[in-house]
Amino acid sequence: MTEVTILCPTGHLGFTPLEKDSFLAGCELKPDFIIADSGSCDIGPYPLGADGQASPAAWQKHDLEVMLLAARRLGVPMIIGSASDTGTDRGVAQYVALMQEIAAEHGLAPFRLAAIESELKPAAVREMLRAGTPIHGLDGRPEADDALLARTDRIVAVMGGEPIAAALAGGADVVIAGRASDCALFAAPLLNAGMSPATAYYAGKLMECASFCCEPFMGKESIYGQIREDDIRVTAMHPGQRCTPASLASHAMYERRDPFREYVVSGHVDMSECRYEQVAEKTTRATGPRFVPSATPMVKLEGAGKVGERRLAVVGMRDPYMIQNIDKAIAWARARLAERFGKPEEAGWQVFYHLYGRDGVMGPMDPTPPAQPHEIGVVVETLCQDGKRAEEICALAARNLFYARLPEVKGTAGAAALMSDEVLTGKPGYEWTLNHVMPVKDPMELFRTRFLTVDGTARRAA
Amino acid sequence: MERRNMLTLRDLASTIRSKNAGVDHITFDIIFKERVNFEKVRDAKVLSPAIVAELLRIPESRVTDFVVFEPANAIKFTIRRERPSGSPGERDVFGSQQYAPLFDVEVP
Repeated sequence: MTEVTILCPTGHLGFTPLEKDSFLAGCELKPDFIIADSGSCDIGPYPLGADGQASPAAWQKHDLEVMLLAARRLGVPMIIGSASDTGTDRGVAQYVALMQEIAAEHGLAPFRLAAIESELKPAAVREMLRAGTPIHGLDGRPEADDALLARTDRIVAVMGGEPIAAALAGGADVVIAGRASDCALFAAPLLNAGMSPATAYYAGKLMECASFCCEPFMGKESIYGQIREDDIRVTAMHPGQRCTPASLASHAMYERRDPFREYVVSGHVDMSECRYEQVAEKTTRATGPRFVPSATPMVKLEGAGKVGERRLAVVGMRDPYMIQNIDKAIAWARARLAERFGKPEEAGWQVFYHLYGRDGVMGPMDPTPPAQPHEIGVVVETLCQDGKRAEEICALAARNLFYARLPEVKGTAGAAALMSDEVLTGKPGYEWTLNHVMPVKDPMELFRTRFLTVDGTARRAA
Repeated sequence: MERRNMLTLRDLASTIRSKNAGVDHITFDIIFKERVNFEKVRDAKVLSPAIVAELLRIPESRVTDFVVFEPANAIKFTIRRERPSGSPGERDVFGSQQYAPLFDVEVP
């Protein structure tokens, strides 16, 4: 029976540097593929909306260099998805350039690279919508309309395994993919090897976060997968870690609403009958996934749009009377802001008071905020389209706590401590506008693949 | 006095965590190392959509999923966020610090 082996060193390439020792130990086992995902929505909407990155370029290069050198030395393909945190065209281009740079620095022999782009222009998506393609909201969101797309600055489509499998079949030694389902990176070579989508995507789901599926908890350590049809064996490569039925099963439910279903473009994996058994000290075997194809392929769209310029200020309170009456002080401050700048919803600005020490982390969900904290740290956050105005609103929002009028304040020289009388410039505020799916005729149709030859010896010779 | 000696989830579970599940939800996992502890909590029915909604002071309609996940000795539920992760005014972009109130849930 066909067996494919995969080494995965990290669950989010570049976010923090991968650990080299367990990766090199995994390379000793001569894996058939080296695969890692580099993206996440967890970093918030700013990197996608502003087309930035959440990881330092030096760490991204570190991880790519470790992986590329090993892959070329072993002569096996390497697959990277969701390039540079978001998988935009910028991210793909950045990683392609890093591959060329690393190849040149090490004088690597020529290899074939496939770059798969997945960014969609908002104007193009608006055209699709106007032409009658529905864009369905996920997680209880309403259907997308023209107004929602008008608020969206950048969109990526999330690919399944198909474009990556095609790139490998086309002879790619290295695949740099735009936004992709994490599990699709692993599924692609398994589908090419003739395995069922059930085995292929389920193996990907189990392996995508590297050592997170092992115990005790460690990040950025490598895991090794041996995959046959309906027989997935995952082994921890770190000497202090094991892959156990409990650790593997609990990973299957990590970061997801439903522990039994994993959705990709072509359908979903049903994991409700999966079984886990320890087959060696550090290895657990998983079996039993089913695949339910969708009637129409559905591609997920992620989109982010700018809300406004953002400013922050930090204010502290120690006076027990002020702390006891903090809500009244904030209400007073808000009323004064509205007098000066107009009502927030009408005049296009927002203010948030985050009360650290009371309920800054959980807000109204906190069941037990202390009635009388010793001190409170207030982070004042303001937004407005116009940066200067956001700054002015923020300064007044903070100083209004300083001047708060409460009947029995004894500290009449200032009702709050300004950490410094300074307004900090935050990154612009963005929001996730699209968490939607769109039907397509062909799982490949929104994704663009180009091949190039990377020759690390060329520049040296020249 | 008897109540004070009652076991809580903090005593029985090996992992209690919260994390984003996509951009609109936060999911909570309560995982037990010992099968016997898992069964004790499961059978005591001290967690349900209504109970966690009350604990987190949200309408029950915001509890979108509640699953007893036998293969991992785990109980898992998911809530809709007040607004998408990382939006202006949001407090916890990873959703990773919302689980503390579960610690003190008592298990008879």
